[in-house]
Amino acid sequence: MAGRVFVTGIGIICAIGKNVNETLASLQAARSGISQISILETVHRGELPGGEIKLTNEQLAALAGVTNPDMQTRTSLLGLIAATEALNNAGIDPKDNAFRTGVISASTVGGMDRTEINYRNYHLGKPYNNFVLTHDCGYHTEMIATRLGFRDMVSTISTACSSSANSIMFGARLIKHGFLDRVLAGGTDALSKFTLNGFNTLMILDKQPCRPFDRSRVGLNLGEGAAFLVLESEEALDGRTPLCELTGYANANDAYHQTASSPDGYGPYLSMSQAIATSGINFRDISYINAHGTGTDNNDLTEGIAIERIFGENVPPVSSTKPFTGHTLGAAAAVEAVISILSIRNNMIVPNLNFKEKMDELHFEPVKDIRFNTPLRHVLSNSFGFGGNDSTLIFSAV
Amino acid sequence: MEAYIRGIGNISPQPTFDNGTFLDDIREYQHARLQVIEPDYKNFIKPIQLRRMSRLLKMGVTAAGISLQDAGVEKPDAIITGTGLGMMEETEKFLNGLLDNQERLLNPTAFIQSTHNTVGASIAVMLGCNNYNLTYVHGPVSFENALLDSLMWLEEKPSDKVLVGGIEEITEDHYKITESMGFWKTGEINNLGIRNDNRPGTIAGEGASFFVLSKEANPTNYARIQALSTRFNPEKEDIIGNYIADFLKSNNLGLSEIDLVILGLNGDPESDSIYDRAGSILGQAPMAWYKHLGGEHYLASSFALWLAAKILKSQRVPEVVLAESSKKPHQIRNILIHNHYHNIHHSLMLVSSC
Repeated sequence: MAGRVFVTGIGIICAIGKNVNETLASLQAARSGISQISILETVHRGELPGGEIKLTNEQLAALAGVTNPDMQTRTSLLGLIAATEALNNAGIDPKDNAFRTGVISASTVGGMDRTEINYRNYHLGKPYNNFVLTHDCGYHTEMIATRLGFRDMVSTISTACSSSANSIMFGARLIKHGFLDRVLAGGTDALSKFTLNGFNTLMILDKQPCRPFDRSRVGLNLGEGAAFLVLESEEALDGRTPLCELTGYANANDAYHQTASSPDGYGPYLSMSQAIATSGINFRDISYINAHGTGTDNNDLTEGIAIERIFGENVPPVSSTKPFTGHTLGAAAAVEAVISILSIRNNMIVPNLNFKEKMDELHFEPVKDIRFNTPLRHVLSNSFGFGGNDSTLIFSAV
Repeated sequence: MEAYIRGIGNISPQPTFDNGTFLDDIREYQHARLQVIEPDYKNFIKPIQLRRMSRLLKMGVTAAGISLQDAGVEKPDAIITGTGLGMMEETEKFLNGLLDNQERLLNPTAFIQSTHNTVGASIAVMLGCNNYNLTYVHGPVSFENALLDSLMWLEEKPSDKVLVGGIEEITEDHYKITESMGFWKTGEINNLGIRNDNRPGTIAGEGASFFVLSKEANPTNYARIQALSTRFNPEKEDIIGNYIADFLKSNNLGLSEIDLVILGLNGDPESDSIYDRAGSILGQAPMAWYKHLGGEHYLASSFALWLAAKILKSQRVPEVVLAESSKKPHQIRNILIHNHYHNIHHSLMLVSSC
């Protein structure tokens, strides 16, 4: 296993923009995408805010260029929009037979939005369509691969909130092992009643905009979105200039509890320290940490403890960008990978919105205001999930 | 890229969980929904944990435990699972709850256990295993993806031991919905006779099959996984012949060196005809099948790998898996496993004696 893996294209759709340019503009204007829910049909409208994309499925289908939206789920439409943008940004043709290509995606709910409607109809004895075909997490991956012309491999990963960090990591390893030359890697998740109510029963949703790393934090806001990166081997670059390099990655397990993280943040500590080791850099060279930072009492405490265990008194600038996008679950790591790459490309550090007061248990505060003209060499991005699935990615300037 | 199979654990619609037996007692089913024969979980899981676990979680954790015990490995260096539909029972339970009660008064337990990584994560918690942990969920290639990751992992860290497994369950609702779509045979059925049943559809199955992989040669190893390949074929082109030939060629094997072919025949005439086309390439190689025993499901190919491991170690092909009119192989060195799903996904595994 050898070689380097570069990022040559990025694509995103989330609550702060339906493409990379809109997302960048919202980040630079410190404009949050958290709002009251108005698209998802739920009794929690007006009660639980979220990072909802204010487009109906019909509008998303039009944006995605899908003329027959009958077999589309919101998850697959979001995925197709972000994947298409990433591909165009990279300027490659997946049908070019000189290179082996694949799509490695991630999701936690897959086609749940269609399932919620049709499964109910099934129980009521009403007509239901063939929703079981679009329910699987892998459905959107094949739809994207087929439409965009990726042929050699499709795969989908689901490790809860760290899913798309693992799809990016798996994509990179497939390149390093020489199986593929060009990989579209990322993830997508739509808001659904299933996840909104699931997190609500766990009592970890904030009725206000979330406040990661703040002393008064009480929970997260769910979001929806999709993001993809085009990863390429050095050979496949063929002289083109990449956006950045994926230098580090790691996956570890907290092995503590299905939904809570360990008091000492051992899993997050392992994933961060192993990712730094993979990248071959010194921890002092990390310029910025894009934290998982959900805003729950448990996550921010344990993530903060793990960060301090590695960086000691020299914690680099940290921010969670979930107050912009909400927690997009299976897409979150890819969404934050795009934000990390935009930060590198634009010499900026995005603020941790809504932060007011430092936590007693931690010695550092997250970045409160946007910083421009700040060159970043190595950005570390964390994603932690249910089941203790912890993953970290490191993107480096080229 | 190869690895030894050091331990196995298989819970399926046949009594396969006891590694001391090998398809000695065959269950026949007169219906098209094959459910697993469950071991006495109390022998594997503490009662306090057992009470809170869903059916698939119990199956997965136990099959994993059997394979680790078989391999003499306490804590694997990586835990990699595949599941197509994930935790269906818990997903349906939570979904029904929220739809019936207008999103009020819900219990979080079903939601917590509904995430696809529940089995892999629970194994990690039970073993106190902080290592690499991943769950693949790409329908009919979920197991192949998990296996590829495992083989890559062992290339990166050759002294490691990897736990890899496939888990899948079929629920009553999912069975009925897919039955209405024509997935399964209806009416009078005998699972052992589905290859001669010309009605469309197959039989539904489920299972949990785990393996401990290592690069270390060991006299108790079952078999050696030599190579693995998947092919995504969205246009359903007729690729079979070249695909198999290229695969064998890239592994420096001639057709005559394949001693047994294990095919994913499932009794659906259209699906089975795809394998028949491969037959002309493979010539006279003895042929075995397995989906009449475990049913068709997204993780079915993990049953095939279990079967190959057992055959190679015992050097015995049970009559029940040998295809009619197929001759019985004498010495079995190389087994080729071919599976496909609707001709959209194909996979090949080359498994050899140690």
